[in-house]
Amino acid sequence: MTSLHLDWGILFEESPTGDGPYWQLLLTGLKWTLATAMSGWLIAVAVGAVVGVIRTVPSRWLSLLGDAYVEVFRNIPFLVQLFFWFFVLPELLPEAAGSWMKQSMPRPEFFTAAVGLGLFTAARVAEQVKSGIQSLPRGQRNAGLAMGLTLTQTYRYVILPMAFRIVIPPLTSEFMNTFKNSAVALAIGLTELTFQMKQMVEYSNQVIITILATTVLYMVLAMAVNRLMAWIEHKSRVPGLIAGGGK
Amino acid sequence: MIDFKLVADNSDILLAGLRYSLALTCSSMLIGIVLGCLLAMARLSSVKWLSLAASAYVNLFRSVPLVLVIFWFYFLIPFFGFKVGPDKSVFITFAIFEAAYYCEIIRAGIQSISRGQVGASQALGLTYVQSMRYIILPQALRNMLPVLLTQTVVLFQDTSLVTIIGIKDFMGANVVTASNNGALKEMYTFAALGYFCICFPLSMLLKRLHKRIAVLR
Repeated sequence: MTSLHLDWGILFEESPTGDGPYWQLLLTGLKWTLATAMSGWLIAVAVGAVVGVIRTVPSRWLSLLGDAYVEVFRNIPFLVQLFFWFFVLPELLPEAAGSWMKQSMPRPEFFTAAVGLGLFTAARVAEQVKSGIQSLPRGQRNAGLAMGLTLTQTYRYVILPMAFRIVIPPLTSEFMNTFKNSAVALAIGLTELTFQMKQMVEYSNQVIITILATTVLYMVLAMAVNRLMAWIEHKSRVPGLIAGGGK
Repeated sequence: MIDFKLVADNSDILLAGLRYSLALTCSSMLIGIVLGCLLAMARLSSVKWLSLAASAYVNLFRSVPLVLVIFWFYFLIPFFGFKVGPDKSVFITFAIFEAAYYCEIIRAGIQSISRGQVGASQALGLTYVQSMRYIILPQALRNMLPVLLTQTVVLFQDTSLVTIIGIKDFMGANVVTASNNGALKEMYTFAALGYFCICFPLSMLLKRLHKRIAVLR
């Protein structure tokens, strides 16, 4: 058994990867984790909102399409989805687009990870948006329509403003999940935090310190996300609902 | 798009992979639920240090990615001198990790039982263990069965992550077949379809179960 002596000085030693000292290696990883999770989240909210809404409109085809999207993206593991986007999609696209993806797309692993994560998370966001809309009293939609608003107007002015505030608390844990799921992208070579941890263990042999440092970074990230979302939840509360507290 | 001849030629390794994935899922589910039950009771216990320790455990595992935890054990087990291959040690990894998730589900289930029942069982003179065993847990488990099983479908999908440390689970077997035969497109499409064909019917069944139990309650 290797000695348990912890030499924290290792964090300030130069790493052989050209990223600077080891602490900087981990920080670069954190940066990519943040970048991937944030861009993935933006895509997830945009796509998820649309998919969630079309699952509630009175058109069979649209809601079927929305359901199909959710089922496909929820029933295939994220790792498999990433491999599909990364290795299979360029082969399926027309010649020119495929070879662009393989050869000249800038930072292919980052873009694939961000878009893949976005589309994967969108299915979960869509579930929440759908149940948010369905949790509204039916009277609200009917009242909107009875007042002569078109369906689009009813959604735009009556249903969505309420629904989006209601779904914020359940979306908190999905937001948290995007950070955790971004670690899967190391499988397609994204140099995010877990990837960098693996590199640091392999080059420095300081297993315990590397694991501790990485874990602390993830936990700080989780805490920060948690605080941020608690603040947003507080701001977006709907007075009068149970979760809205007495006012 | 899927080369079924290639799949048939490699059916041995693919089936072995699938068996591995299923074994990992079942063992993590069983150990995870047992551990999760203990953790949930610890979290709800009035013994301060016990509930603090349990919530620290749960919060730790719920704020880090599973991939990270897989690597913890992947590096730590040989570091401490244990000679267990990663294909065996992930069974421990998954059980420990999933226990945190099952714990939260079970805790919610226990908390959904009305306080009067706890009071009634105490008034009848049942001990804590007896009231848990005969009154609380049977009802709680029944209420949370659909959620526990849904978590298990998620767990089955998560087992694909062991491919990252080179284990030949179902996904890993597809990766090996793909690279041995230069058939990335065919095999990765097959993997996606394979997972979908297993998880989709299960999700649909669970949705039904959810509705039935919700009505009966």
